[in-house]
Amino acid sequence: MAERLLEIENLRVEYHTDDGVVTAVDNLKLHLNKGQTLGLVGETGAGKTTTALSIMRLVPAPPGRIVSGTVRFRDEDLLKKRIDDIKKIRGNKISMIFQDPMTSLNPVLTIGFQIEEAVMLHQGLDRKAARRRAAEMLRLVGIPAEREGDYPHEFSGGMRQRVGIAMALSCNPELLIADEPTTALDVTIQAQVLELMKRLREQFSTSMLLITHDLGVVAEVCDHVAIMYAGTIVEYADVTTLFTNPRHPYTRGLFGSIPSLDEEVTRLKPITGLMPDPTALPSGCRFHPRCPMAGEICSSRIPQVTELDNDHSVHCMIYEGLVPGYEE
Amino acid sequence: MQNLLEVRNLRKDFHTKKGLLQAVNDITFDVRRGETLGIVGESGCGKSTTGRAVLRLVEPTSGEIRFDGQDILAYSARKMREARKDMQIIFQDPFASLNPRLSISQIIAEPFDVYRMYGPGERAQRVLELMRTVGLSNKLVNAFPHELDGGRRQRVGVARALALNPKFIVCDEPVSALDVSIQAQILNLIQDLQQKLDLTYMFISHDLSVVKHISNRVAVMYLGKIVELTTSRKIFTNPLHPYTQALLSAIPLPKVGAEKRRRIILEGDVPSPINPPTGCIFCGRCPFVMVKCRETPPPIVEAEPDHFVSCYLL
Repeated sequence: MAERLLEIENLRVEYHTDDGVVTAVDNLKLHLNKGQTLGLVGETGAGKTTTALSIMRLVPAPPGRIVSGTVRFRDEDLLKKRIDDIKKIRGNKISMIFQDPMTSLNPVLTIGFQIEEAVMLHQGLDRKAARRRAAEMLRLVGIPAEREGDYPHEFSGGMRQRVGIAMALSCNPELLIADEPTTALDVTIQAQVLELMKRLREQFSTSMLLITHDLGVVAEVCDHVAIMYAGTIVEYADVTTLFTNPRHPYTRGLFGSIPSLDEEVTRLKPITGLMPDPTALPSGCRFHPRCPMAGEICSSRIPQVTELDNDHSVHCMIYEGLVPGYEE
Repeated sequence: MQNLLEVRNLRKDFHTKKGLLQAVNDITFDVRRGETLGIVGESGCGKSTTGRAVLRLVEPTSGEIRFDGQDILAYSARKMREARKDMQIIFQDPFASLNPRLSISQIIAEPFDVYRMYGPGERAQRVLELMRTVGLSNKLVNAFPHELDGGRRQRVGVARALALNPKFIVCDEPVSALDVSIQAQILNLIQDLQQKLDLTYMFISHDLSVVKHISNRVAVMYLGKIVELTTSRKIFTNPLHPYTQALLSAIPLPKVGAEKRRRIILEGDVPSPINPPTGCIFCGRCPFVMVKCRETPPPIVEAEPDHFVSCYLL
């Protein structure tokens, strides 16, 4: 049995806005074993980033509020810890890479200084040792050490993301949360950064939670996948199972929506309808208004988890035997 | 005549503080009647500038553009305005390209104001008809853009582009800002409209899977040049330019267990279009670079029927 590194249960996060209460994450259950890379996949507004911020206790409050749930990291519930203790974990045991490194790096400090600052604070190194560590990290991500005196704006997008990775890994975290780390990059640069992330993940034996909307990136990097829709996980499986045997109608819909590069498909099969209004989520199964398989019960009952074989779970009435399923 | 649009030796330079930026650097291509020509490339390759230059939304520095056999670069401003009825554009960002203070009906009817078309009753009729064509509910006629999600906004952008019954539409990254499930809906809409209204498209995107899906032929651009131009099938089955090969291999496929592709990781970043390399524009990152590549740019050759490549390897 693999060692659990992170286990989230019954997480509920709300944002109190002028338009009403938005339940960004609801009844979320997720786990990540040591050494694994878990992909968290969903479209805009699915609650992926809120989930990541909850782990770090970074949900902006107000308007945000973690209403209930547990986030177990090794043996401790992060949601019960004092904020001073959380600060010792952030950046140290759990660190984060953001989508746009230009907004997450300080524009008026050199990149070398920013990495040094992190390792001095978290690892208690002195300036001289911190400088050595920063130079080493920059070399690892393929940035020449002489550029440590440069400012973020002097780097290209891909290089800035390398700086972000260097900083995130500088304290040798056990868990790395990467929130759409390559979405802002061109595809040839994305390939460089993904390659780098894979190499460093091995080297540092870091576990990773990768947030993305790109199923291609998931197939490339992750070993497990959680599909998220309207604040909740609808399907969880290892990557091979999910790609060869997707069960949830939403997961199937996602695959039908992607244009294929290596097959001749003349027409896409999109999911009909739109993402639900977050202030007025549908009753019952959140996906039922867009679901081609939906039955009457789907609008009134919240689907429970069905454990299929080997660590594959799905939240759908079909697999509870309440709605007729696919003919296969 | 087979070609609706013929572009010859098109150039667009921008004078910047840092020097001359050659956004589009001597490109030649045709768009055939009824087809979709895809233009694909990474940031800064000049694909959007090309799209705007063929509509004269930016004035080309030099070259020839023939639309329906007419040399539109010789047109006066007045005549060009008339010609634009036939040539429309759909923009990338449906959040930035719709006036937030106009209602949906006003946005769609704006082209009628510009060209003084239709009386009030007829105009309302025509707006509703256009909304129906793009799959927008009539209830939204008085809504404002901020009330709509990205997918619906992009439908408004499409309706506006269709308002004057154009023959040709430049689609500039029309689905890049959208989620995949909505992206697929808009791609299907764009395809359906082509069939129904006999449209010719130039479809610009950074996403090779999208371009391959929707286009008949694809031009791959790098640093202001077209490096390869062929059918969308051949671009995938037989890419000949080293840049096209690298671009294809860099795309993560949403598949597991398929045979491993050989991945070509390019070194470095795209160089600045302000001081592009002499010789072949790709020489600085090309894994097969030779001495002559650094000296003189390779000509475009027809490597096989309907397959044009600019590379010395062929």
